[in-house]
Order: sequence, then C-alpha cells, then structure tokens
Amino acid sequence: MTETIASIALAVNEKLKIQKRRIQNGNSTTRLSLVTGTHGDELEGQYLAFMVGSFIDKNIDLLDGIVDIYPALNPMGIDSITRGIPMFDLDMNRVFPGTKNGTMVEVVCSAITDDISGSDVCVDVHSSNIFLKEIPQIRISVPTAEVLLPYAEMMNIDFVWIHESATVLESTLAHTLNSRGTKTLVVEIGVGMRITKEYCGQLFQGVLNLMKQLGMWKGKTVPVRKPIISAGREVGFVNSDVAGIFVPFSDFGDTVKKGDHIGNVIDPLSSKVVEEVQAVCDGMIFTLREYPVVYGGSLLARILQPMQGGEDA
Amino acid sequence: MKKKTLFSLKSPYREQLDVIGYSFGRGKKALAIVGAMRGNEVQQMYVCSRMVQELKRLEADGKLAENCEILVIPCVNYYSMNLGKRFWAMDNTDINRMFPGYDQGETTQRIAAGVFEQLQGYEYGIQLASFYQQGIFLPHVKLMDTGFTDPGMLKDFGLEFGIVRKPRPYDTTTLNYNWQIWETKAFSVYANATDEIDEKAACEAVNAILRFMDNRGLVSTKTPPGYRTVVLDESETEQIQAGAAGLFFSTVEIGATVEKDDILGRIVDPFECTTVGEIRTPVSGTVYFAYHSPLINEKTVCFKIIK
Ligand SMILES: [Zn+2]
Repeated sequence: MTETIASIALAVNEKLKIQKRRIQNGNSTTRLSLVTGTHGDELEGQYLAFMVGSFIDKNIDLLDGIVDIYPALNPMGIDSITRGIPMFDLDMNRVFPGTKNGTMVEVVCSAITDDISGSDVCVDVHSSNIFLKEIPQIRISVPTAEVLLPYAEMMNIDFVWIHESATVLESTLAHTLNSRGTKTLVVEIGVGMRITKEYCGQLFQGVLNLMKQLGMWKGKTVPVRKPIISAGREVGFVNSDVAGIFVPFSDFGDTVKKGDHIGNVIDPLSSKVVEEVQAVCDGMIFTLREYPVVYGGSLLARILQPMQGGEDA
Repeated sequence: MKKKTLFSLKSPYREQLDVIGYSFGRGKKALAIVGAMRGNEVQQMYVCSRMVQELKRLEADGKLAENCEILVIPCVNYYSMNLGKRFWAMDNTDINRMFPGYDQGETTQRIAAGVFEQLQGYEYGIQLASFYQQGIFLPHVKLMDTGFTDPGMLKDFGLEFGIVRKPRPYDTTTLNYNWQIWETKAFSVYANATDEIDEKAACEAVNAILRFMDNRGLVSTKTPPGYRTVVLDESETEQIQAGAAGLFFSTVEIGATVEKDDILGRIVDPFECTTVGEIRTPVSGTVYFAYHSPLINEKTVCFKIIK
C-alpha cells in the first residue's frame, strides 16, 4: 500500500509528495523502516529499496510484521541530481525534526519524523557523495553506541564508525529519531550518483538478517560479516596538499603501511607529478577519493589504524 | 591602510584564491568586518568596500582611536561570485556552515579555518549577512544569543530593529556563533538586498556600522541620527505562511505599519489568474520581511511582522 505522508503545493501545477510503501503480513506489529534519498545525489539506497521490497513481495508469507519503505525523502533532489533540496539550497539532513508551522522544508521534515517515529528499527541509507567511495559501513555517535551497536552488527557491513557527537548533527534524521527512542542506523555505502550492485546485495542480506533477529522474518538468511569497530582505533586522514588530478594506486580494503605510495596528484599542463600521496599511518583504506579533481586540502583517503597494542579483531 | 592576503588556496585550473583583508590603525584588535562568504552576496561586498573608503578617510584624518586595529574583508568567496554560484561550486558547500573550520578537512573547511584564524582575538565582529530565502528585509542587526554578548549593544547601531536569535543546531557552524564562542562580540547586519545593490540600504548599513564604532569609541565620526533601536527576540516576530501556491503579489511595502486582518498579498493561479489565496496578517505591527519572487510554494514564509 502506497501512502503519501506529506504533500505540499508547488507554485505551478505540481505537488511535492513524500511517499512510502507499507508491506505487512502476519500478526506481529514489529516495524522496520527503510529510509533513503535524503541527499538527491545518493542512489545506492534506490536499488536496495527495490531489492528488499521486491524480495518480500515474492516471499510475503515469510514476513511477520511491517516493513515501511521510504525511497525518496527528497524527491525533487533525486529528480534533478541535487544533493540538497533544490529550491532552497538546504541540506535536508540539517532541518530535522522540523516544525509543523515553519517553512515548507520544516513542515515536510516534521511529517517524516512523525511518520517514522515508533518503528522498532529505522535504517537510513546514504551513499557517500560523488567525491568519495565508502566501504559498507554504519556510523553511530558515541552516546548512542551502546544501544545501536548490537543492531549494527546484524547488518552484514564491513565497518562500524563510532564518531564524536557534534551539535550540528543534532538536526539529522538519525539523531532526531534516536533521541525519540526510535533506534536508527545510518548506513553509508558506495559512491554518489552510482549504484554498486555488490554493496547493495551485501546490505540486502543484512536487512534480512536484521528482520530475522527482530523476529519478523521466517525465511533463511546467510551468516553475516563481523564488522570492524572503530572504537579504540584512530582514523588517519590523507589530504591533498596541492591542486591537480588525483590518480590512486590503492583500492578499498587495502591494508597499507605508513609511507606507502597510494597515489599521485598530477598536473596535466606541466606533465609533472605534483604530489606523491603517502599513507599517513598503517591500516585499512575504508574511504577513497573517486572524483579526480582536487584542490589543496581535498580528502583523498581515510585509513583505519590497527587496534592500539597491535591486536586486530 | 594595509592591504594583505589573509589566506590562499590553490586551484587546479584557476588563479589561486587570495582572501584579501584591509587593516586600519594599529594595536589592539578592535573590530573585524566580514562581507561576502557566498557568491551572490554582492550587496554585502559593496557595503564592505564602502567601509574601506570610510576607514581610509577616517585614518587619514586621524580619527581612529589610539591602540585600535580594524580589519575589513570585503569578500571571502569571490571564486563562486565569478562563476555566478552561491556556494562553493565544486561541492555546493556553504563556507558559513563550516566554522570554526578544520585545517586538515575539505576545501571549504580549510577556507573557514584559514579565515577564522585571522578573525580571532578581535573584541567586536560584524558580518554582513544574507538570508537563504528570496526576500527583502528591513535593515536590522541580529545577535545569535550564546549568552556572551550583551543584547543591549545592538542599540549602538541605531538601526530600527535589533533581533536576538536563539541558536539552533545548524547555527553552530556559522561565523557569528563561533566568533562568540571564541569571545568576540559578534553581530550580523542585514542590508536588505543580496544579489543586487540597494544603494539606500547600503548607506544605512554603512552609517550603522560607523555609529557602532563611534559609540564603542573606536573612531570619532559624525553620522546621521539613528533610530532608538527596538530590541526583541526572534520568537516574538510573527511568521506568516502562504496558504496556497501560485503567483505571488505583495500589496505592502517593507517597513509598512499594518493592522490585524489587513491584506498583505495575494496568490493567483498561474494558469487561470484566479485568486487562490489572500494573505492576511493575524497581528498588528511592522512588516520587516517580505518574500520577493513571482512564484510561491505552499507553506512558504512570505511575511514576518514585528508586533
Ligand atoms: Zn547522505
């Protein structure tokens, strides 16, 4: 059943509609919300939403509960390859929880928040932006780590990044829902403007496993990966010191040593290598720059250092 | 006057970005004034360029206070201005959402960090601000209430209104907020227009800043008499939303005094030209913000009234 959870008239002959589909079977009211499309340039979640929805449709008897799929929180953005909300130049994920009597965007955010609130678990799927590619990971803030980590570990991802909380992040959908008691996991996979089938498939298995653990899926699931947890490890940032074109020599998941040559920044005019990019520490590359044009300071890679004391999980 | 490069950034295909500052007087860091951080803030840059002229004259006439240095940065983000973009063109990020900045971060974080380093330690800070919505404001001065700056100081600008805003989470990465966290008394001056020059409002803004400097003992200068500023909390202003979508016609001037139930504008069907909505004010007061675009979506805040 498709429902419109917010509808606002646009200036000329059109409405902005936020839609969801509810798939329900059995007696259980356990509810999983699969949410994506907050950032219009992130598309990995579109394919994941399709995979999950179509698989459950074909195996509806195995469902005991409610799955709500919200594929496009920012439909105008996805429709126009705009990260934020096109008419406002606003990052939607800085407007939650919104207000009922505020601006158009605030009204929409408020309706979304109210609709998802009360789910047993919400999975908010992001890709990276167009600049960086990310291995499948879940990001949770330190204050929510204790509650969310067990759920994150069900999701068949490679990495859980527990980060410091920042006031500015209080306006995200995830923070808003978590602070209202709806457990929300932020997933980051792949790269902007693209679909990485392999990662979507991996996360699809994770969603089924999560449903199984929540008691709402009676079908078979595959054993899930045990993610590396960032707690107790440092993250090394590799930034470009110069401007030019970045050409990587390393790939994701590569384990590197401090000082390893992981790429070059080149200058097509002078035909010179302007910077030999080196790993800033030992560890695993979990973020790698995808978009080649770099300014002085652009992020090229993130490296997760081994556990303090050398023990690796 | 000393002209100096405060921060530079190399680009792969353009001349390097140099953030230019003009410094007047010498000694204690008294006041920093920042103009355009977004590519459409032409009016904000213009007001700063006028301040450069004023301060040059005051310095030559020996009217600057002893032991007092004043810095003006007319434009941080001229890269976007030259491209006709509002935000940083490569990733569409807003420099004024990146403070205090991060010198190992992404490009706009680095710019914010580099500029902020130069802006720290001043007793006062003034930012020429713009609003994200298309609209016209009555010239006013705003304070992000972090508890650090005395709202009474808003009166020293002599503008008609001084507005105090409780910071929301997304305000915590603005220059104004971070200035105060680093103990600079910071104010945002709104000079009406953004992507066009409003000469009258620019004059008002220049006079307001000069008045503030005179009242704070940084310069000695004569300005036209100002208002007895009404200082109020932003939550006391009435926001009026559009009840319909279509073509928007305003029927009041900015600054007008209106009575409860007066019609402020109407919304017309874009194909059939029938009136689909009337915008009435639920309170009496002064119109201090008016939406300014022919097209309007439902729920858009189209007027703000100071009761
Ligand atoms: Zn995102």
